[in-house]
Amino acid sequence: MRVSVDSVGLMAPGMAGWDAARSVLRGEQTLDRQQLPTFRPNLLPPNERRRTTALIKLALQTAEDALQHNRYSMSELASVFASSEGDGEVVDRICQSLTLPERPVSPTHFHNSVHNAPAGYWAIASHSRQFSTSLAAGAYTFTAGLIEAATAATLQQQPVLLLCYDSALPPALAGRGYVDTSFATALLLSGQANAAALGSLRLELKAGSTRLPALSKELEQLREHNPAAASLPLLVALAKEEGTDLSLPYHDELAVQIGIDV
Amino acid sequence: MSFEPLLITACSTISALGRGRQMAQAALLQERSGLRANDYDDGRLTTWIGRVDGLESVVLPDSLAPFDCRNNRLAALGLESDDFAARVATARQHYGAGRIGLFLGTSTSGIEATEQAYLQRADDNGPLPASFDYRHTHNTYSSADFTRRYLELAGPAQVISTACSSSAKVFATASRYIEAGWCDAAVVGGIDSLCLTTLLGFNALELVSSEPCCPWDKHRSGINIGEAAGFALLERAGGRAGVALLGYGESSDAYHMSTPHPQGEGALQAMQQALNHASVTPDQVDYINLHGTATPSNDQAEDQALARLFADVPCSSTKGWTGHTLGAAGITEAIFCALSIEQGFLPGSLNTQEIDPALATPVLRHTVQQPVRVAMSNSFGFGGSNCALVFGWCD
Repeated sequence: MRVSVDSVGLMAPGMAGWDAARSVLRGEQTLDRQQLPTFRPNLLPPNERRRTTALIKLALQTAEDALQHNRYSMSELASVFASSEGDGEVVDRICQSLTLPERPVSPTHFHNSVHNAPAGYWAIASHSRQFSTSLAAGAYTFTAGLIEAATAATLQQQPVLLLCYDSALPPALAGRGYVDTSFATALLLSGQANAAALGSLRLELKAGSTRLPALSKELEQLREHNPAAASLPLLVALAKEEGTDLSLPYHDELAVQIGIDV
Repeated sequence: MSFEPLLITACSTISALGRGRQMAQAALLQERSGLRANDYDDGRLTTWIGRVDGLESVVLPDSLAPFDCRNNRLAALGLESDDFAARVATARQHYGAGRIGLFLGTSTSGIEATEQAYLQRADDNGPLPASFDYRHTHNTYSSADFTRRYLELAGPAQVISTACSSSAKVFATASRYIEAGWCDAAVVGGIDSLCLTTLLGFNALELVSSEPCCPWDKHRSGINIGEAAGFALLERAGGRAGVALLGYGESSDAYHMSTPHPQGEGALQAMQQALNHASVTPDQVDYINLHGTATPSNDQAEDQALARLFADVPCSSTKGWTGHTLGAAGITEAIFCALSIEQGFLPGSLNTQEIDPALATPVLRHTVQQPVRVAMSNSFGFGGSNCALVFGWCD
């Protein structure tokens, strides 16, 4: 299967936006992990934005970053939202409210607690009624999201926005899940070759385990703490504008081979 | 190119109606509801629920003990119902473990384990109990991670979590994976179990009924929450006859987080897509299993969408039997559609007494014996996530 990467979005510690992040990914600038992006997605009107959470803002701002130079209208885009944990902050608030005598679960927290809450806000903001799915695959969430999005883009012949994102879990759950730092990336994929694309990906599944591709020490630390950062070897290749072959684990018995052509 | 139908070569269901297809079918034919007055959480909330008996005493295999929680116990019971695990083992021999995909839907995964951990900790800022294993119980991937190991599968595996459309959308994803050649067959399914978050969360949104739920009724007042698990094995027909998935449609409302589009725009788009995909015209549909949750706005929006597409197709909601099983509703009702086609009956809408005159859809109040060749199942969820599936007899 072959798909074009039309554009990329990135929001991570020390990498606020794809344009700014490329020099870090190319190794020309050191990663400053203390520098956290501030989230103010403009896609949502202020009254909707107030009802959202850090995770929803992270996802939407990453979408915005990917879409700033794209050729499609947002309402045409299908989408795949891939997140390992969903919204830990909302779960924490709901579970804390269960310990109070009247157990006052907030209705807003409850509707924000669904795994597809960021996708719901995205649809409202983009006016897209197209296909959208929200998925999880633990440590392999990026790989699963990439295959899902590429498959939909190819078979349904429409551009698909893949968002893969997770926020650090709240203190009570820290260290118990797969995520301890925030990281989000977006890839706008289409099934058709496109001269303006950043590159194209040849995808294959292969039985058996695979080792993680090498990364610089500072990027490796991000990858260890967020499944969305499994995308980093691919993002490095796209930032360097270098064709290469990568293998990413899908789980311990399956791997995705990615041939990157730029 | 038209969609190649995928045969359901094995399936299992467990819900408040009992374990296995036979119990579900007997209840649907005898009009026997699985709902009971709430006895979960000491019945602190006045409502009715669809509860699965016996989950408290389920023991998981030793090697999978870290996954122990209500949701994965329910999954394990579902996998053992109707010989499902054994049927998958046979398919595994045929295709190879790496060629069978696994796509499961859940809305709240094993959140009950996290709820209990918060309730058990000594003080508000103290650590949660050391025995609490968030990653294997509550994390969204938990049920697929558990089921993949239980069934010894090695193909692509993921959880789809789009609230109440989750385990309908797994059919669409599995179909695409088979069509793309990522796998040759797929196990699809869904699991959602009772927890405080959904009971109290839906109650906070004023969507829970204190009475047995009555979809499409003039006096409908909200949902009853149920728990369920269901699984299906999808394969290319290869000359075999049986009930098959003929097509699917997926759309987004782009309207509101917890209220459907008032004219059912997204629902209509999903149903139209599913019919086109299946190469079926609206008048060829013999039965529609409604999303039919029994909240005033959900039923009204679904009715508007149906009225724009169908004329006089018999419809019913089976939520009066099982309750709204949320992330497991899609698979549960897909299996009810398969039973309808296989056995030739249309389930009625249990508990519905006086059909709302403001709604146009012809809703069946009672189960009737009648041949069904094509059935549609609707599933709509929070965030405006819609999915419609078309099933039919394939010979």
